[in-house]
Amino acid sequence: MWLFIIRRLVATIPVMVVVALAVFLLLRLSPGDPATVIAGDYASAEQIARIRAQLGLDQPVQVQFIRWISQVLRGDLGVSIFSGLPVTTLIRQRVEPTLLLSITTIGLSVLIAVPLGVVAAWKANTVIDRVVMVFAVIGFSIPVFVIGYFLIYGFSLGLKFFPVQGYYSPFNDFSRFVSHITLPTLTLSTIYVALIARITRASVLEVLSEDYIRTARAKGQIETKVLLVHALGNAAIPVVTVIGLGIAFLISGVVVTESVFNIPGLGRLVVDAIVKRDYPIIQGLILFFSLIYIVLNLVIDITYTVFDPRIRY
Amino acid sequence: MSKRDIHISFVDVVANIRRQIRLGDPLIALGIAILGITCFAALFAQLLASDPLALNPLERLRPPDTTHWLGTDQFGRDLWSRTVYGARVSLVVGLAVATLAIAIGLLIGLVAGYVRALDGLLMRIMDGLMAIPGILLAIALVSLSGASQLTVVVAIMVPEIPRVVRLVRAMVLGVREEPYIEAAIAVGTRLPWLLLRHVLPNCMPPLIVQATYVCASAMVTEAILSFLGAGTPPEIPSWGNMMAEGRALFPIAPRIVLFPGAALALTILAINILGDRLRDRLDPKFAKRV
Repeated sequence: MWLFIIRRLVATIPVMVVVALAVFLLLRLSPGDPATVIAGDYASAEQIARIRAQLGLDQPVQVQFIRWISQVLRGDLGVSIFSGLPVTTLIRQRVEPTLLLSITTIGLSVLIAVPLGVVAAWKANTVIDRVVMVFAVIGFSIPVFVIGYFLIYGFSLGLKFFPVQGYYSPFNDFSRFVSHITLPTLTLSTIYVALIARITRASVLEVLSEDYIRTARAKGQIETKVLLVHALGNAAIPVVTVIGLGIAFLISGVVVTESVFNIPGLGRLVVDAIVKRDYPIIQGLILFFSLIYIVLNLVIDITYTVFDPRIRY
Repeated sequence: MSKRDIHISFVDVVANIRRQIRLGDPLIALGIAILGITCFAALFAQLLASDPLALNPLERLRPPDTTHWLGTDQFGRDLWSRTVYGARVSLVVGLAVATLAIAIGLLIGLVAGYVRALDGLLMRIMDGLMAIPGILLAIALVSLSGASQLTVVVAIMVPEIPRVVRLVRAMVLGVREEPYIEAAIAVGTRLPWLLLRHVLPNCMPPLIVQATYVCASAMVTEAILSFLGAGTPPEIPSWGNMMAEGRALFPIAPRIVLFPGAALALTILAINILGDRLRDRLDPKFAKRV
């Protein structure tokens, strides 16, 4: 198993190199000159040249890349053009809402979707199954921000159950945190619930036709236990996989949801940076999110061995 | 169980999801109707609507009535006209991205699947691109190269390519072991012709299905980019732009956001329903395998 983990770690190196190269080239190949942007509209040619030398932009591209990558490896993502703060500091300041929103979303999605999927598989090809699956296709089709606005319209403006926008830290005021995080969580969960419910249904359905399920039923095991212990346990791997793949949906969903609900998280940070053309933030955050995606999928790959002792690498 | 068995590619997951839904025929009819209306609106926007850009400061924020079917926005522009013209942007972007992403992905996928020497390199690049969140990559591409309809299409297309490449490569790897390929090689078929005449046709059905998925996803991404202010130039009425403009007024006039949002959601739903049906028809083998 250690051998597998090491091999899997080594395999992520080329992926990370490609990501780093892509993010680097993205900014270097773009038509705008960062030095001109930083210097502002009223800068003289000497000022621009000085900033360019300061940033090392007068060096050859390969030298720039090596310098940049060694900075990144030391945990230095550069400095924001407008606020002058290091990008890592900005990420640290903004990570809490995004992290909490992601956790509540994954938690809620699994809580709703797995039971739905199990029931749909258990009652396969009945009305219950159809209804669950039709809701799944609808949930998969409605764009995140459209769901967000319809929820605000219904629950905040109409029923007045929840505040329209904003965020409160749970460490300051927990009940306000709950009331503010509920709608964003519901919004972001919709696509995830659809995804997980369908995969759960498929894998439980596949497992239910196995011999040991028949054996379990034949020996008089109660149906709930057959479903939850025998079937779901063995159907867990595809479900965990799709949770990992869904991280990509989650990341893009977070960016949009935070804009809709005005949550000051990493998503807002990147959207604001785009409006202001604050390149180091854009670069740093793309790198940061890609790293999260790679690391989470690595962790999930390794947890397979926990869920399924048959898998030995 | 080998590692390969457990790994489900993204394409497989989505295909699997779409396969499971055996939607009844009423829903298919609904899908065709919605998509038909959207296409009709996009094609005949001039006949169905007045000028979507006409400002009318005297008639700002009007609720729906007989002259303005969906009301007006904060500049007095007719929301019905803007929604109708918005269909054009969404469909053009969806079709353009689907066509380009499939074409480029097909080319790279065929090469990766058939030319062993390039396989490793190409697939590592694709793995790397897949690790970058698509929306962020697209946003960065648009914000760096300036918003125009062309850059939006290119920016949305780039993150879609790796998925197409992975699908094509997987199909090619399956096809290349078939006896008819061996026979073609035995009679001296050259590589380009072999790929074009023998390998490509056998990859087509899943690709067409994939194209519907790429199209739907591109339309959503376009709307999100426009909504976030890094998409279709704001002077062009697109559903995402309308939603972006209506955001600040949402508590007063929610319809500015809700009408284009509903149009977008219904169109995506229709494409997804029809994509499922298409897959069942075109590709029973693929549907069974996943």
